[in-house]
Amino acid sequence: MSDSTVNTSGDYVNFYQYKGKHSGILGWLLSVDHKRIGLLYLGSMVLFFLVGMTLGFFMRLEMWNPGQDVMGPQTYNALFTLHGIIMIFLVIIPGIPAGFGNFFLPIQIGAEDVSFPRLNLFSWYLYTIGGLLAVASLFLSGGPIDTGWTFYAPYSLRTGTEVIMPLMAAFILGFSSILTGVNFVTTVHRLRAPGMTFFKMPLFIWSLYSTAWIQIIGTPIIGITILLVVVERMFGVGLFDPAMGGDPILFQHLFWIYSHPAVYIMILPAMGVVSEIIPTFARKTIFGYGAIAVSSIAIAFVGTLVWGHHMFTSGMSDESRWVYSFLTFIVALPSGVKIFNWVATMYKGSIKAETPFLYVMAFIFLFSIGGLTGLVLGSLATDVHLHDTYFVVAHFHYVMFGGTIFIFFAALHYWFPKMFGKMYNTKIANIALAIMVVGFNMLYFTFFILGYLGMPRRYYDYLPEFQGMHQFATVGSWVLIAGILLMFINLFLGLKNGKKSGNNPWGGMTLEWTVPSPPPLLNFKKIPTVKYGPYEYEHYDEVTKNVN
Amino acid sequence: MSTNSTTNATHGEEHGHEHVHDLRDDYGSKLGMWLFLFTELILFGGLFLLYMAYRYQYFPEFQLSAKSLKIWMGGLNTIILLTSSLTMVLSIVALQRRKIKASIYWLITTIVFAFGFLVVKYFEWSDKFAHGIFPGGEELALKSQGEKVFYGLYFTMTGLHGLHVIIGMIILGFILVFIVKGKVSPDRFALIENGGLYWHLVDLIWIFLFPLFYLLH
Repeated sequence: MSDSTVNTSGDYVNFYQYKGKHSGILGWLLSVDHKRIGLLYLGSMVLFFLVGMTLGFFMRLEMWNPGQDVMGPQTYNALFTLHGIIMIFLVIIPGIPAGFGNFFLPIQIGAEDVSFPRLNLFSWYLYTIGGLLAVASLFLSGGPIDTGWTFYAPYSLRTGTEVIMPLMAAFILGFSSILTGVNFVTTVHRLRAPGMTFFKMPLFIWSLYSTAWIQIIGTPIIGITILLVVVERMFGVGLFDPAMGGDPILFQHLFWIYSHPAVYIMILPAMGVVSEIIPTFARKTIFGYGAIAVSSIAIAFVGTLVWGHHMFTSGMSDESRWVYSFLTFIVALPSGVKIFNWVATMYKGSIKAETPFLYVMAFIFLFSIGGLTGLVLGSLATDVHLHDTYFVVAHFHYVMFGGTIFIFFAALHYWFPKMFGKMYNTKIANIALAIMVVGFNMLYFTFFILGYLGMPRRYYDYLPEFQGMHQFATVGSWVLIAGILLMFINLFLGLKNGKKSGNNPWGGMTLEWTVPSPPPLLNFKKIPTVKYGPYEYEHYDEVTKNVN
Repeated sequence: MSTNSTTNATHGEEHGHEHVHDLRDDYGSKLGMWLFLFTELILFGGLFLLYMAYRYQYFPEFQLSAKSLKIWMGGLNTIILLTSSLTMVLSIVALQRRKIKASIYWLITTIVFAFGFLVVKYFEWSDKFAHGIFPGGEELALKSQGEKVFYGLYFTMTGLHGLHVIIGMIILGFILVFIVKGKVSPDRFALIENGGLYWHLVDLIWIFLFPLFYLLH
């Protein structure tokens, strides 16, 4: 990168210190700087995550004994619905792209900002409004929504609880997601630094780019579906209500046309982060750059065709069942390509087992379990047995929590020094991770067994023979929460009084490591010219010579 | 594509004002608009999918119900919208040719046409309402399930389209103000072009809705 990229004398103004038109809190709330917006997203997401985690904690408490412990069935239904809405729509879907994507996409492609900075700020406002509406709907007259986060018709049309408000919240969140997607695609096409061809982009950018396309293509469909339920409840139009000639199966189709691709919105950016972390800590070019990049697009493409596997037991034709089952298996191919390439990258690498890398190891372990059990659910015969049991709950927690959230934490640890210029206590961070992995497996692996034995999901009560396992899982949830809290406390202490981290503590090679930590307002003194691919470590000294 | 060919990039650090990212990228803003319009098409695509599924399921009822809609009203609205697309283009071209007054005139005409569309729609809907045909209406409640679904789709789809007409009018209204203020000018017309693209989308969706509801018997 260019010589003037970094001012080494230390008198540069970083984006925290920059005095804009507004100061104090308004300097954040009205800022169009992608870094501040990224941090706004991250801050709100961590808050929502803690809320969602607390809801999960109470659900586990209720499962301590058969029968009613701490809440009645209606409250339990409301809790798992809100747990789902908050975790899916407010944390996992926007988590990595809106938070870390906003912060690092422009820096990694050598741009000053995203293409539409004001639209970017607007997206965050939509996100916040959506989140607040979802939480506010708890306190409306009808009582908290109890449909589950899937809002299945006709129940969602008939329940007396407050459905319209959380649905509007989800609609607004979807709009925010679309605008972020439009912004990212345009940014990647228009604002790459000179010399940065598509195949010289960091893999995180590739994953954000594929994700943005799924956001653009998929989200409008959930938008219209949600809108139809609202219209149906408000005006009595009968498009999904069988009593009025509508078809609830069509609702499921429309819902999953979006919501299945959405799981790739959740996981692709996480995979992108993994593809950043592994080369950095193995100090080696990633194995099969092209294959990883193209597999993101392949996952995005095939992922839009497999929604029917959520409906194997809903009453579809046999032909569509095996077609969806087959397509589902095909998604395993590009996912496998990625896993094998990551492992191959580590082969003969000079590995520094720092915290972010350890998170990635935990991710590969947990995500592989999640992915392989996904095949069990994608197979027709086994799915009929396991459908709507705890096995499904275990599967998607391994994929979404063990996959996306663990990588969200990994990204937090990887980019923490870049975002804040400070370092956390790595020893405590590793201990927190170990506690989390133990708690996670105690909690969710037990679910696999429970589900296999026939424990249905979403029930607040159960047969006495499941009690031992439920109690074991509940203890696991305490261990897991202890680990998560320790992690956040450690990061918070690092933020408050961590020691200075330097500009490139891990020895990364992508562009964000060539600018000071925290970055200055416009990221680069002069837009860099890119000569090498993102992980070509043989050129490490040339690329990063101005740092530290 | 990777260089900002149409931009005049300047770094904010060199001058004091707030704006962080100070480059203008007309091509980029159009690209963003196209992507957004794409999402709008998919939004309506979900409804077209429902229409297709239900038409297949309730074929005779759909034929029967379609005959009750007044073709001449739908036809009149089709003419109004198509003409408004023309006046929209005339407004853009006039601005590019530095005829600002003509541009404003054509833009106002477009907005008036949009309003005219809504007036026709109003009479059409109130005619149906008067006969008790609306979701929850007593007359509709007596009809068969297929007819209920037809009118459900009719009111939902034309209603959502009408909402887009209103949004389009608001957008065009803002652009009108910007032209008067000089923020949209012969040298800076990306915004009016994007507004025009949005208006054409509204027109285009109607061109699909019209045959589906009025002409297919």
